[in-house]
Amino acid sequence: MRTFYYPGCTLPDKARDFDTSARTTCDLLGIELEEMERWVCCGSAFKLDRTNVMQHLAPIRNLAEVHKEGGRLMTLCVFCYNSLKRANYAFNAASDRQEILNDFIESDYDGKVQVVHLLEMLKDDVSFEALAEQVKRPLTGLKVAVFYGCLLMRPFKEVGFEDPENPSVLERLFEALGAEVVPYPHHLECCGSYLSLKDPEHTTTCVTKILGSAVAEGANAIVTSCPMCNFNFEFFGGDLVSRNQIHTFYFTELLALALGADKELCGLEQHETDVDGFLQDLFAGRAATEPVAPEPATEEPPAEEPEAAAPEAPERPAAKEVPAEKEGVAGERDPSE
Amino acid sequence: MKLVLERGDFTRTFHERLKELSGQDLFTCYQCGKCSAGCPSAAVMDAPPHAIVRLAWFGQEDDLMKLNSYWLCAACLTCDLRCPKGIDISRIMEALRVMFLRPREEPDMVPPESLPKDMLSRIPQQALVAGMRKYTK
Repeated sequence: MRTFYYPGCTLPDKARDFDTSARTTCDLLGIELEEMERWVCCGSAFKLDRTNVMQHLAPIRNLAEVHKEGGRLMTLCVFCYNSLKRANYAFNAASDRQEILNDFIESDYDGKVQVVHLLEMLKDDVSFEALAEQVKRPLTGLKVAVFYGCLLMRPFKEVGFEDPENPSVLERLFEALGAEVVPYPHHLECCGSYLSLKDPEHTTTCVTKILGSAVAEGANAIVTSCPMCNFNFEFFGGDLVSRNQIHTFYFTELLALALGADKELCGLEQHETDVDGFLQDLFAGRAATEPVAPEPATEEPPAEEPEAAAPEAPERPAAKEVPAEKEGVAGERDPSE
Repeated sequence: MKLVLERGDFTRTFHERLKELSGQDLFTCYQCGKCSAGCPSAAVMDAPPHAIVRLAWFGQEDDLMKLNSYWLCAACLTCDLRCPKGIDISRIMEALRVMFLRPREEPDMVPPESLPKDMLSRIPQQALVAGMRKYTK
């Protein structure tokens, strides 16, 4: 099936890092992406009041465009993902709207275009086991806190990605890449989102709570899949950011690095913190495509050295075992309860 | 919060408008407070989400229009996820924003020119689009 890439408003500009690194990742993994020839704004935040059908026009126009070509739509930005998917759900739920919208944009959209996030493709099409085998530059020594935020998993009925109270896709991804995933309590909280426009103080409170708890649990990096979270973390992170205590990355930046891509192709340009220095320390003495050098990262306890010394082999079983365990935990809860 | 109720408070139209805009039935709420417990903004709101529903029950439109609660809602949908009665409180918040903005002459809660320059040069476009959808008519 053809996969059309929908970049949205932010990725070609304020989140170029995300765009570049995701394209690199897809190249390396053999995922064929075609950028949509014509796309319009997705509406960003899904409008929640039920009286105005016109507010669904923009997302549906994009879906109709993909429908014409035949294929599915892939997005990276969580706002786009949520907005397009919810608009599609609403479209399918009300037949009177279908007619109004189709008449207005002169299309015959049937509501069947599938909207996927790159994380879904990594999980279902590539699989984390296969991904672990393609890792050329394991992220050993990276203590990463994963951040889901609000819109990637919610609302479950309409997005239906993973258990919204206990998702595991980002954890499994980073374990497959050889990083240590640090559990912390605020991975599903709201970062303040667009409230930063009106209430920067409140956003600062939200951000400090999230970053503070990640740092307290020992994380040195936090990964997101949303340009909004990324901006809020870096702009409102205060001392935690200015003192380089925690670095904010898009998941694709670290993914592309782990797959052995050149640094220039991994984004890493629009950061507030000293990301270059951090990554240099992390990969000190290690080159891509080579087996892991015995030199551990700066903060790593010496106890882990023997493991890292054996080339490649110990990374993979570890990366496979943990996800299996996680899956079990997630499986026990029925998200629809 | 102390409430003094008068006969005139119970106008059908307010409930009907709120229901039409939000699609939610206010009266299924049994005030358990789970929405307020999970809300990242409840601490700074004039009235937390479950209290908003209670005020709406009693038709306190004038009081509701003075509160900051729905302007501090980021629509993160935690309340929607956790409500045991399946009410999407974020839709009620949106309905209140709409009820506030629609009849007003100058409906911009956040005039674009009020935004600090250093922030504007870096804030993602999606935040401006999302914010303007919520804060303006």
